[in-house]
Amino acid sequence: MRTFTYYPGCTLRTKAKDLDRYARACAKALDISLEEPEEWQCCGGVYTTAHDEIATKLSAVRTLNSAKEKNTPLVTVCSACHNVIKQTNYDISHDAETASKVNNYMQLETPYLGETVVYHYLEMLRDVVGFDELAKKVTDPLTGKKIAAYYGCLLLRPSKALAMDDPENPHIIEDLIRAIGAEPVIYAQRNECCGGYMTMEDRSSAVKRSTAVVTSAAEMGADMIITACPLCLYNLKKNSQTELPVYYFTEVLAEALGVKEDS
Amino acid sequence: MRKIGVFVCHCGTNIAATVDVKAVAEALGHEPGVVVSCEYQYMCSESGQELIKDSIKKHGLTGVVICSCSPRMHENTFRKAAASAGLNPYLVEIANIREQCSWIHKDIASATEKAIILGKAAVAKIHLNTPLTAGESPVAKKALVIGGGIAGIQTALDIAEAGFEVDIVEKKPTIGGKMAQLDKTFPTLDCAACILTPKMVECAQNEKIHIYSYSEVTEVKGFVGSFNVTIKKKARFVDETKCTGCGLCTEKCPMKKVPNEFNMGFDNRSAVYIPFAQAVPKVAVIDPANCMMLKTGKCGVCSKVCTVGAIDYKQQDTYINETYGAIVVATGYDPIDLGKYDEFAYSQSPDVITSLELERLMNAAGPDGGTLLRPSDKKHPHTIVFVQCVGSRCDDSRGKPYCSKICCMYTAKHAMLIREKYPDTDVYVFYIDVRTPGKNFDEFYRRAVEQYNVHYIKGMVGKVEPKADGKLSVQASDLISREQLHIDADLVVLAAAIEPDKTARPLATMLTTQMDTNDFFTEAHPKLRPVESATAGIFLSGACQGPKDIPETVAQASAAASKAIGLLCKNSITCNPCVAHSDELMCNGCSSCEKVCPYGAITYINKEFTMPDRTVALRRVASVNPAVCQGCGACTVACPSGAMDLNGFSNSQIMAEVDAICK
Repeated sequence: MRTFTYYPGCTLRTKAKDLDRYARACAKALDISLEEPEEWQCCGGVYTTAHDEIATKLSAVRTLNSAKEKNTPLVTVCSACHNVIKQTNYDISHDAETASKVNNYMQLETPYLGETVVYHYLEMLRDVVGFDELAKKVTDPLTGKKIAAYYGCLLLRPSKALAMDDPENPHIIEDLIRAIGAEPVIYAQRNECCGGYMTMEDRSSAVKRSTAVVTSAAEMGADMIITACPLCLYNLKKNSQTELPVYYFTEVLAEALGVKEDS
Repeated sequence: MRKIGVFVCHCGTNIAATVDVKAVAEALGHEPGVVVSCEYQYMCSESGQELIKDSIKKHGLTGVVICSCSPRMHENTFRKAAASAGLNPYLVEIANIREQCSWIHKDIASATEKAIILGKAAVAKIHLNTPLTAGESPVAKKALVIGGGIAGIQTALDIAEAGFEVDIVEKKPTIGGKMAQLDKTFPTLDCAACILTPKMVECAQNEKIHIYSYSEVTEVKGFVGSFNVTIKKKARFVDETKCTGCGLCTEKCPMKKVPNEFNMGFDNRSAVYIPFAQAVPKVAVIDPANCMMLKTGKCGVCSKVCTVGAIDYKQQDTYINETYGAIVVATGYDPIDLGKYDEFAYSQSPDVITSLELERLMNAAGPDGGTLLRPSDKKHPHTIVFVQCVGSRCDDSRGKPYCSKICCMYTAKHAMLIREKYPDTDVYVFYIDVRTPGKNFDEFYRRAVEQYNVHYIKGMVGKVEPKADGKLSVQASDLISREQLHIDADLVVLAAAIEPDKTARPLATMLTTQMDTNDFFTEAHPKLRPVESATAGIFLSGACQGPKDIPETVAQASAAASKAIGLLCKNSITCNPCVAHSDELMCNGCSSCEKVCPYGAITYINKEFTMPDRTVALRRVASVNPAVCQGCGACTVACPSGAMDLNGFSNSQIMAEVDAICK
């Protein structure tokens, strides 16, 4: 049994309960214990990364520090949370000025200097569990299913800080799709933006972007799209004007591991 | 006490406008040992030199200090003048009061004060100068050219033309390099093979030239005039002396599914192969990674069909040792790996290709006999998009910071040739800038735009999207009309940046010569010595020194040849006497100096010493090869015991200068 500090984030308590629920169920099936920090706060959405200031990033630091105190790696599953937390951690470990500002605010007993290892749930599957091992635990393979992975923009970029995969030709979700017995569909829009928060201000641009993504996947013969991001899921479902089903990657994983019904 | 003469130069107004030269001469006249101190308008002129010579004779000078320009400029002039007056040339010191004083200061008073201090330092140093005599070392009358592309070929032909023996070492089974793969050449559009292959044949037929194909340089020892080089001749499993190049073995070989490197993998070759029809030497080679006989011991077809018995499965790598007077590096370039540029979908679609791949697709000897067909479905492409600067002029770590220089011209060439041959094709070229300096180059580019109606668009492509219907959706920005463009293309051609060949860096280490951060060889002077490396006797030819097109490469290749010929003409060369030497009694053999020596001039010897108690001890001490040492002084700084010292720039001389400056 391996233990991780697990940061769900606000959306997973409201709009994206499925992402959370199946993530927990799969972890259990994979013999991984996910421990939630006691008093976690919102990561700030991606808005925090748009400003060169420190106060709004402190919530990410609190999460990082609580993982450090428990001496466990931190795992996140929402693309936006992951982006904010990983970028903040990168800034603290690569920029002495950011680190000193953060610690001046936080006044921790021991300064936080970027010690925590941050995994996205997908990275945990790849680097800790291993896709080969994962494949062995699959009970209900999704054989014959053609699944299109949708990365969106936050999961891979900025690639220097996120360091998950090649931002222009990623394969981590495709490898997962293969591990659960399905066939990945490669399409060019998989790492392009879905429109994100633009849907609030100018819905037409979110419609344009989401439609481009889903059309591209459908053209390449996909039966469904999977994603790690609640906002992407929302846009692809509500704004794409197509019928192609969109799921969280944790849901199809739960199905393959045979734990979907129990969760 | 030395009798020192000080000569202060005005350099017209270059020095005299900012430095009070009379005051300098006056002040330095009072320095210890100075018997004469004067100034003159142009010390380097004939009459200025006469002034120095006369003073040496008249006053019996044993040291001369010239306050003038940088020693890089005229040290040699003044040393020669002193020598002709009977003074050892190493008893001349230069105080640089131009580049390091008058040119960089505005205030006369402080510039004059600094000039005096610089003069005093030179006077302090010259008290400790010792006469030095330059030694001589012999020159082997043979050159080595590393790399058999157009650069190496031209250099070898020129050296052979001058009557010297020259060896070409080429790592591939044939000479010819990248140029052999090209279709037409800009700006005249003559066929590359038609102008290159006669030169390749000339190399093979010239009795002064020996080609070591399928070979690599593995070790270089020695120094200018006498480089000892080890060449590894890789086993080609075919006896070069017997093979007639008939090609029967390549036809009968059952293993026919090996991607053909020469055609950029667009078609296949057999495991035993001749790289291309005009290969030199035209001798087959067996690729051991794919030969069934060499892998499993079962087959032997080529050996059975060979009428002259040239196949030899037991052939081993052999090593050859040769001595050369000069080495010319001509290792060339390669296009960069496009793995980091997947927004252009290079690894995702067979219809996204590099420009070098397009050369093969358009070549009459290429996979489709010169008919331009797209790789995926062998149909005529009707819309073609060219993307320039893929990895060139890049401001992040993915690409190269420099301009690859050749891409603008070859892209214009491709665009023009396609429009000429297939007028129903739409051709787009996306560019940052179009850079076409060169004779008849801009005219060539304008012809592509004006006569051939190629759509040149200033802006970059953001994404190439392979569609389900086989089209490539190209998303780009037009920076002039400020709009986003979407083009459905059939073929996308990427002008990949070029980088030095991968073998260049290990070779630079072997040759103890310098490279820049991009692994291009560094020339001894960017303007005045562009074809020499900083290491004596090593010359640079072609794109190993920086991106170059064919005309420039050939010009530089001939220049490098003429420099090598200049060296080979001499029976012996004068060595620089300002070299390091080790005080063996102080040296403890710690190897610090060897580690910092960029030229490999330091070795260690075990030497017998009589100790104070009259016993004999065997001690390991450093030994400097004066012919290799370039006098850089790195070892003198690294030596922890102070045993290493540099003639002409000894520790005591430098400290005397510092003391004079700080006084």
